[in-house]
Amino acid sequence: MTTSTGKPRRDPVGHPLDHMAQTAAAQDGAESFMLPQAAPVQLVDPDGRHVHNDMYPLPDGQTLLAEYRQLVIGRRVNEQANALVRQGRLAVYPSSHGQEACQVAAAACLQGQDWMFPTYRDTVAVMARGVDPIQTLTLLRGDWHSGYDPYEHKVSIQATPLATQLLHAVGVAHAAKLKGEDTVVLAMCGDGATSEGDFHEALNFAAVFHLPVVFFVQNNQYAISVPLKHQSVAPSLAHKAIGYGMPGERVDGNDLAALLGVLLKGVDRARAGGGPVLVEAFTYRMQSHTNADDATRYRTDEEVQAWLPRDPIIRLRSYLTGLHLLTEQKEEEFARDAETVAARMRDGLNAEVQVDPEDLFRFVYTEKTAQLREQAAKLREELSRETV
Amino acid sequence: MTATATGTTLTFAKALNTALADEMAADQTVVVFGEDVGPLGGVFRVTDGLTARFGEERCFDTPLAESGIMGMAVGMAMNGLRPVVEMQFDAFAYPAFEQVVSHVAKMPNRTRGKVKLPLVIRIPYAGGIGGVEHHCDSSESYYAHTPGLTVVSPATVPDAYTLLREAIRHPDPVVFLEPKKLYWSTEEVDLEALRAGAAGIGRAVVARPGADATLIAYGPAVPTALRAAEAAAAEGRSLEVIDVRSIVPFDDETVCASVRRTGRAVVIAEAPGFASVASEIAARVQERCFHSLAAPVLRVTGFDIPYPAPKLEQYYLPSVDRILDTVDELQWEEA
Repeated sequence: MTTSTGKPRRDPVGHPLDHMAQTAAAQDGAESFMLPQAAPVQLVDPDGRHVHNDMYPLPDGQTLLAEYRQLVIGRRVNEQANALVRQGRLAVYPSSHGQEACQVAAAACLQGQDWMFPTYRDTVAVMARGVDPIQTLTLLRGDWHSGYDPYEHKVSIQATPLATQLLHAVGVAHAAKLKGEDTVVLAMCGDGATSEGDFHEALNFAAVFHLPVVFFVQNNQYAISVPLKHQSVAPSLAHKAIGYGMPGERVDGNDLAALLGVLLKGVDRARAGGGPVLVEAFTYRMQSHTNADDATRYRTDEEVQAWLPRDPIIRLRSYLTGLHLLTEQKEEEFARDAETVAARMRDGLNAEVQVDPEDLFRFVYTEKTAQLREQAAKLREELSRETV
Repeated sequence: MTATATGTTLTFAKALNTALADEMAADQTVVVFGEDVGPLGGVFRVTDGLTARFGEERCFDTPLAESGIMGMAVGMAMNGLRPVVEMQFDAFAYPAFEQVVSHVAKMPNRTRGKVKLPLVIRIPYAGGIGGVEHHCDSSESYYAHTPGLTVVSPATVPDAYTLLREAIRHPDPVVFLEPKKLYWSTEEVDLEALRAGAAGIGRAVVARPGADATLIAYGPAVPTALRAAEAAAAEGRSLEVIDVRSIVPFDDETVCASVRRTGRAVVIAEAPGFASVASEIAARVQERCFHSLAAPVLRVTGFDIPYPAPKLEQYYLPSVDRILDTVDELQWEEA
């Protein structure tokens, strides 16, 4: 132990403040490693040109081509879902139009044994992970709260309360760690959710227990109508990581290549026992919060128009076309694949869905209580009188 | 813990501690966590020795954040563990309320039974210990009003043991309300018999048989009801005491069988009476036993006020006198 002047201390016990000094010194080193880069990581610029980054190599062309296909499908899913709302087949749809790169990357960075914890706006990510489109849209169709088995694809149900699911993600990761499973958990939320207490608690728990969680914030600039500046005055949302003792990184949320680079690095790090990370994707919600919202009340058309050239599909198309990987033939093939998914959505959601009133009581407890049996019988009797 | 030839003398807290230890030994997936539950053993020592015996992966302290504790328990239960979490005090559980109401209670239903949440939320609750504010709430109504939760409260040392073990094995989330004032009560129990015996989620018990009226109580009100029945007996009135034990699911059968026999009922609970579990019990008894009743079902509850400061709680808590006065109002003169 030495003093700041380099002279050895004679007091073997040391000064009470030594510990603090050491901690501060340790953090000096750690801070720079935890700090996000000065600007969001970008690997392909809006014109489709590769941007060199020392920390993040560009994913190979074939990988990007495969994920480009998912982008095209994702965009089509958003369009089709909006149309289905207009036709009254879905109650509402929170569109991820403009955020498809985030959606696709969220699914692409995970392996089969990993878990995804999505929000209500992450429909495209859920489908990209392999969940059936109709099962995914059950929540919005309105016949049940969730239509898929979370264990089948290791996708938790889409969360409509904000940030609560981040703690569930932490719990799944904690159990995985205790059981020695090779599982990484992707915990997703938006910029508004970072104001919630559960966001703080989830990041802190994940850091304290050193859990394999990648927190993925899609900062689309608005929480319904409230812009980010009313949520936080931190230098960036990724900077919040440092307060929990984990690395934070910002990434261009409209750059699929950069998202893959940053998320995969976080996932690999978590899998290798490096603990949690916080990734903030800087993106933009091109459409209203949902079809029930009117974005013209709180943002200008100029602002929205300015984001159009930064579209995630345009830039990757330019890049892959430049490499001669994306041909006209491929484009047609991908468009057909997207149309197949859209047709599946139309067919599945246009079919009249049968609901069973008995389901109201079926899943509340593993075994119905006497009270629920009584209430179910009463409803059954009521319904039998109606059909006579 | 002292052992005799016939049994073991346990405190209520030690019975809970033994149940946790037995269940952790029997099932590797049981994990215990919360605030100060590790080396300290919990502020009421209910988790005493568990970290030393089972390791800090099985019993551990968390950051001081109740929503975090509860939300993490949801995820752990989703991924195959059986978490038993401790909320340090009743009113300190409120930060976790959203997790309890929106996720713990609803997750199995939201997923059509695909996700089960076998977890236990232990809550030291209610007053009578001279605690300062935010340490003495009777919060059972919030939980009992939330479909999807099972809500139990033991009132005896044997029930503390058997109900907790059953709660941990239960397939659905259980809110386990531990009356703080009973932690230091002692009873001689036959642990081996308890270990073999069945518990009572969903089942009320007759804690004291009687013929003239039924006192219906749960948790901290049960000993008070028993003392009232004792005093009434000295006055020549025979009161039956029902220990509800399981608030949800509620045992209408046992409660109503008693009231139909006695024809009179008083419901006793510490919580404020308005829109309470006591109200629900009174309504259920009235709906089901109307033709057997000689008098309206009455309630002895806390007043509709925030839990009082320590020097005032004696005026608030249901007392033997207040119970007996209420029993006197059950229209005996018309019988």
